[in-house]
Formats: sequence, C-alpha cells, structure tokens
Amino acid sequence: MKPDILTAEAVTRQLKEFDVYKIREDFPILKTKVRGKDLVYLDNAATSQKPQVVIDSLVNYYTTMNSNIHRGVHFLSERATLAYEDARLKIKEYINAISACEVVFTRGATEAINLVAASYGRQIIQEGDEIIISAMEHHANIVPWQMLCLEKNAKLKVIPINDEGELLFDEYINLLSEKTKFVSVVQVSNSLGTINPVRQIIEAAHQRNIPVLVDGSQAVPHQRVDVQKLDADFFVMSGHKVFGPTGIGVLYGKAELLNAMPPYQTGGDMIRYVTFEKTLFNDIPNKFEAGTPNIEGVIGFGAVIDYLNKLDFSLIEAHEHDLLEYATAKILDIDGVRVVGTAKNKAAVLSFVLANIHPHDIGTIMDSEGVAIRTGHHCTQPVMQRFCIPATARASFALYNTREEVDKFIGAIHKVIKVMG
Amino acid sequence: MSELSDLYQEVILDHNRSPRNYRKCDECNHHSEGFNPLCGDHIWVYINLDNDVIKDISFQGSGCAISKSSASLMTSILKGKSKTEAEELFGKFHDVVTSRIGSEQDLSTLGKLAVFAGVRDYPARVKCASLAWHTMLNALKDQSELTSTE
Repeated sequence: MKPDILTAEAVTRQLKEFDVYKIREDFPILKTKVRGKDLVYLDNAATSQKPQVVIDSLVNYYTTMNSNIHRGVHFLSERATLAYEDARLKIKEYINAISACEVVFTRGATEAINLVAASYGRQIIQEGDEIIISAMEHHANIVPWQMLCLEKNAKLKVIPINDEGELLFDEYINLLSEKTKFVSVVQVSNSLGTINPVRQIIEAAHQRNIPVLVDGSQAVPHQRVDVQKLDADFFVMSGHKVFGPTGIGVLYGKAELLNAMPPYQTGGDMIRYVTFEKTLFNDIPNKFEAGTPNIEGVIGFGAVIDYLNKLDFSLIEAHEHDLLEYATAKILDIDGVRVVGTAKNKAAVLSFVLANIHPHDIGTIMDSEGVAIRTGHHCTQPVMQRFCIPATARASFALYNTREEVDKFIGAIHKVIKVMG
Repeated sequence: MSELSDLYQEVILDHNRSPRNYRKCDECNHHSEGFNPLCGDHIWVYINLDNDVIKDISFQGSGCAISKSSASLMTSILKGKSKTEAEELFGKFHDVVTSRIGSEQDLSTLGKLAVFAGVRDYPARVKCASLAWHTMLNALKDQSELTSTE
C-alpha cells in the first residue's frame, strides 16, 4: 500500500505506531559523534547502516561455524552450509520466489546485471536486435547492455523522462517492437527517487514475450517486493543497500530462464564433473556461484531478512514519506534551491542544487555539521546530462531517520549558504 | 581536524566568486582539458607560450569552489613565468595539498598558494585542488587529450 493513497488520518495513526527512536536503538553506528556533533546519516541510497543483529551474525559466523561450504563432511562445514542455504531460503520467502533455486548469490546488484547480460544476453541478442533501458538507470544498468550491443551490433534504446524525472510511459510503448529482445529498468531511481511503474512495464513487455530485468536495489529498503506479483523475469538487489553487508547481492531469475542460461564464471561450486575432455555443470543456483562464495555476506543477508520480517513496511513507507514531504517543504523555503526529481510517486530521496554553489562544497560544509549526504553524479551521468547539471547534492532517508535530523540538515544548508556567501 | 574556515579561506572564496582569467586566451598555442569524474569538475586550460615563457594563461569550465579558485589563482601566479618555473610551482603546490610541506615557515615561501594548505585535511578534495595544475602541465606538454585526476 502506498502512503500517498492513505488518508491523512491513517498516516497520522501509522506515524504514531512507528517508533523511530526504538528502531534507532538497533543501529549502533547512529550514536557516532562527528567532530563533536551528532551524526546525521542521510546517504542511505549509497549504502545503509547495519543493525546490531546483522553485525552479530557476522561475528557469530566466524566464531562458531567458519568453514567452507557444500563439500565438507565435517561438523563446521555442515553447519556453515546449513546457514548459507537457510539464508537463501529466507530470501526466497521474502521476495516470494517459487523456488530457492531461483535465488543466486552475487557480489552485488552490479554483478547480477552483468551476469544476466553476459550469460542470457549473449545467448539471445543478435545483430539488429534492440534492448530497452530507461534514462534514469544507474551506470550498472547501462554499461553491461551497451557492451553487449557493441559486441552483437545491437541497439540500446532509452525510455526518455520528463522534467519531473518520470518515465514517459507512452514513449516506452512506442519503443517496443519485434526488434526488442530485452527490457531492463530500475524500480526506484537512486538519484531522482522516482518510483517506476515496473509492473505495467513488465506487463507491456510480456504482451510481446519480451523478458524484463528489474533493478530493485533502491526499492527493497523502502517497500516489500513480490517477484511473482511483479512477474519479473529477473530481479536484482544488493545486500548493503538494505541494511546488510557489502559484497553480497542477489539475482532472482525464473527457473526456466536460469536453467537455459550458460554459466557466467566457471570453477568451484558450479562444477558437477570435470575431465580434461569435458565438464558437467551443477544445477541452478550453484551453476552461477563459481568459487567459494561470500559465506559471511550470505549469512548476514539472512540476518537482514529476519530483521526486515519484524518490520511493518506500511509504517516505514508512511514514515519515510513524511520525512520526504517535511524535508521538501523546508528546503523549498530556501532561496536558490532547486530540487531535481519531483516525481509524483517518489521514494525518500532529495536531490538538489543550490544556485552558484557546487554540490561538492555543499557536501564538505554539511559534513562539518555532522550531516552526511552524497554529492556528485551518483553513477547516473546521463541523468545529470538530462537536467544540464554536473552533479547534485543528495539526501536520502531511511527508516531510522527523524524529523529532528531533517531540521539539522536544513540548518546545515543555511550554514553552506553563509560560508559560501 | 582543522576548522572549516581553514579550507574555505577568504582568498579561495574570492577567487571562486570572481575567477581571474576566466576566458579563452586569444593567442593560445597550448591547451588541455581536465575532468574529475568523481565530482564532475571540468576544466579547459589555455596557454600562450612564447620562447618557453607563459605570456598568457586562462581557463574555462565548471567545478566546485576549490577547483575553480585553484585554477584562478594558478593562472594569476603563472603569467610571466617560464615553463620550468611553472613545473617547479606545480611540484610545490602538490606538496602543499598533500602535506609534504609542513612548517609555517615553509608555507610562507609559497605566497598565495599557501591558502590551499587547508585542503590536506580533506583528502576527498585534493583532486579538486590539483585538477587545474595537472591540466596545465599537460597543456605545456602538448597533451591535449583529457586529463583525469582518477
């Protein structure tokens, strides 16, 4: 349920039920002092902070079960294998995949997209074919397809966006043709905050039997995702964006697609039988998990899922929506501020520029107030080109941020303006 | 950790507000383009070199206060200097922003360049400060292809 379709009373009621201060207790790093000031962490779209239970799960892994998985017959190896596969099962349940074999562990969302482009893409894309992405993709969902198009002499088509940073859906429909062989779109934009209508995008593509990959990295920390309801053919996400460790991500793929795909990397866990003449590959998901995997990362990801399962995402959505509305109203009161990305359906991301002050200076001066934001192009250079700006300053909120932190953020902007005169 | 005012000194803010030599120089015979992909600072440096003397030097582009004021101050300082002097000053500037010059006494020999000493406490900003200088060096070497601080 989206907060913007809730009544005002319902939002108020939900905000009352959501105890952000209790949530903050779960994240020890939030108590950090930055140059004597309270840390205000508003760089959640770059990476999120980790709850104690996730940190503990990593310590617990190395303290009680560290060992290589899958092939060991000893106690520790069995224990680690069990924990590793248990995490896969938790993720399967969380995203509502049909089977755990559809959950492939990768280094992150970037590697997951590269895997699909290199394995599935290389298998199906031929000369003259077209791949559709959107104008608000992260570099990780542009470059793998660009490389593939270069290799196959295929074409990359881009769904344009309007001045608010919303996808032009009609333009997307016009781009779909017999030549279209794949669609890859972001669910929530990291630089603009736009929430895309991925379900409708998938529906339109499926009418032409075109498979769709959804980059859900920025969606998962803010809303529940159901891959079956979306009917996504591939769905990728990153552990560290959703309160988990870095270096771990998930590729969800429909089993029939994953089964038909050639391996991405070879060696280790993805092997069934090797002679010097030929090799038999393992079944999915192991077929795509070459080498010793990031075992601690997977177990940490499992701990994240346990944590997420205890949360009520309708409350979180309402809370984050409130922070966004509150921050947007306050920032627009400041002279010379331009908000970049003003989609109607928007996640709690506030990208902005200040007249005559470069985002990099904004970032440094805000840091002196303990406020951590990101400045730059956010790995979406084409978005910056679309809005004719070199970079933005971006505050991105998570479930543990508060209105008081928004006030400190706004105060820090005033300091920026004062310093830069 | 130093105070913010050590980074954003008045000289820096002044050169940011009204950059000197912000134009394409008329008789430029050396030029180069610099880009800092991390933050999008983008700069062009133009030099008119006459018998190994910098007769005129200017810049254009967009960037943060640190990169813009650094370019502005650099062009002010280098005008009239020889190629060798420019290379030596590059070395000194580099030392200023990367802490190789420590004492107040050393800094005092650097003139206006000393205002960039505050950058050393902000490692992420060293690239902003040095972009113009790297680009200038490449222009002198006649390397017109993109200079990157990465």
